[in-house]
Amino acid sequence: MSVPRFWREQQNRYNLIGTHCTTCNTYYYPPRILCPKCRREGKVVEHQFKGTGTVVTYSIIRSASDQFNDLTPYVIAIIELDEGTRLTSQVICEIDEMYIGMPVKRVFRRLGEDGESGPIFYGTKFVPA
Amino acid sequence: MVGIITYGAYIPKYRIKTEEIARVWGGDGPAIARGLGVYEKSLPDMDEDTITIAVEAARAALARRSIDPQDIGAIYVGSESHPYAVKPSAVTVGEAIMATPIMTAADYEFACKAGTAAIQTTMGLTKSNMIKYGLAIGADIAQGEPGDALEYTAAAGGVAFVIGNDSPIADINLTASYSSDTPDFWRREGLPFPRHGGRFTGEPGYFKHILAGSHLMFEKAGTKASDYDYAIFHQPNAKFAQNVAKTLGFTPEQIKPGLCVPYLGNTYSGASIIGLAATLDIAKPGDRIFVTSYGSGAGSDSFDITVTDMIESEEFCRDAAPTVEQLLATKKIVDYAVYAKHKGKIVVMR
Repeated sequence: MSVPRFWREQQNRYNLIGTHCTTCNTYYYPPRILCPKCRREGKVVEHQFKGTGTVVTYSIIRSASDQFNDLTPYVIAIIELDEGTRLTSQVICEIDEMYIGMPVKRVFRRLGEDGESGPIFYGTKFVPA
Repeated sequence: MVGIITYGAYIPKYRIKTEEIARVWGGDGPAIARGLGVYEKSLPDMDEDTITIAVEAARAALARRSIDPQDIGAIYVGSESHPYAVKPSAVTVGEAIMATPIMTAADYEFACKAGTAAIQTTMGLTKSNMIKYGLAIGADIAQGEPGDALEYTAAAGGVAFVIGNDSPIADINLTASYSSDTPDFWRREGLPFPRHGGRFTGEPGYFKHILAGSHLMFEKAGTKASDYDYAIFHQPNAKFAQNVAKTLGFTPEQIKPGLCVPYLGNTYSGASIIGLAATLDIAKPGDRIFVTSYGSGAGSDSFDITVTDMIESEEFCRDAAPTVEQLLATKKIVDYAVYAKHKGKIVVMR
């Protein structure tokens, strides 16, 4: 990932900053600047998610790309945040403890790095709550 | 009075037993564990480092007390394992707790006492009303070369203190420091592991500086060991801390709550102040706490602290973040192979 692109999305990744359409009460992560339901009538404001949610479904990754190979086996899950929107994230737990419906909470972790001399990318992952 | 507004700690969940490290290197595990008074130590997950530990500790501190992160005017992160040689850990912490951008920030390094140096700096900035709150952090994923004596204790963990004048949960009555150029432990630029002077690290390093710093504090405060309810000393192992406490006249009961090293290891910049956090976890209003850190190279910072009524007020919720005891109890024991992978000691050429 390029440095400028990560930097632009830094607050979204660090602090789960998304958006909320106050017209139809829909939450978005990653943030949307336009509500697809309300279009021009929508009033979209910035929103920091609480960082708690539930696992909707998950997959155990045993064969990963080079950058994530050291982490295998690891869990990638679709998580429904308490506010209602869904996101994809790694859940850090023993793979045999994973289950659909698991309550989870955010933690701050390394997401990756651009080689040994490049920048380190930080952001949000989830652990069992 | 200037003091601790709130605090939080973080310890990764992975542990390796001293006996397992000794098994790999042919040492007498039970004898080494007994000799050091260290039975297991923490290690980071594959995606944890000093910055992630510092952020988790800072968020734990902010969970315990409702303060506006924008009122934090300075962040200092003490560590000897900052992920970058050039690029401050403190700004990533600031961004992750939403304290940026109107703040000053820097990283500190003074072996195992960079965290207490950060506390002293934020005390000065808040006491002089330059800022409302300062965030002082000591965190490390400590390095120990495979097979070296340090490998038995070098651990991972961190603690964060918000310092300010506004109704602290503990007043910092006084601080005193003692420093000298003593080459007892060092790591050269670009090298992955530190070196130490063996037995030289004990008397001219640890004991000389902690005893001198502690006596300075006794003189300044007009106190003696029995005037304190609790005492915490830098804990590279249990024996050093127990011996220095005994020499100064403290009892085993006074140091017990803050002696975390037997089942945590030496978290370097976090070591003495994780002991302070563990003591604050059980402290009551009026309790008086004595703290002396030590950093190789060498120096010590001593603190005289009195717990206030605020620690039991509605404004401060100790239960909103895990105690050090709870963090120590949440653990997964791993073998040396997994430990080596987590610590990056296995180099894979791709």
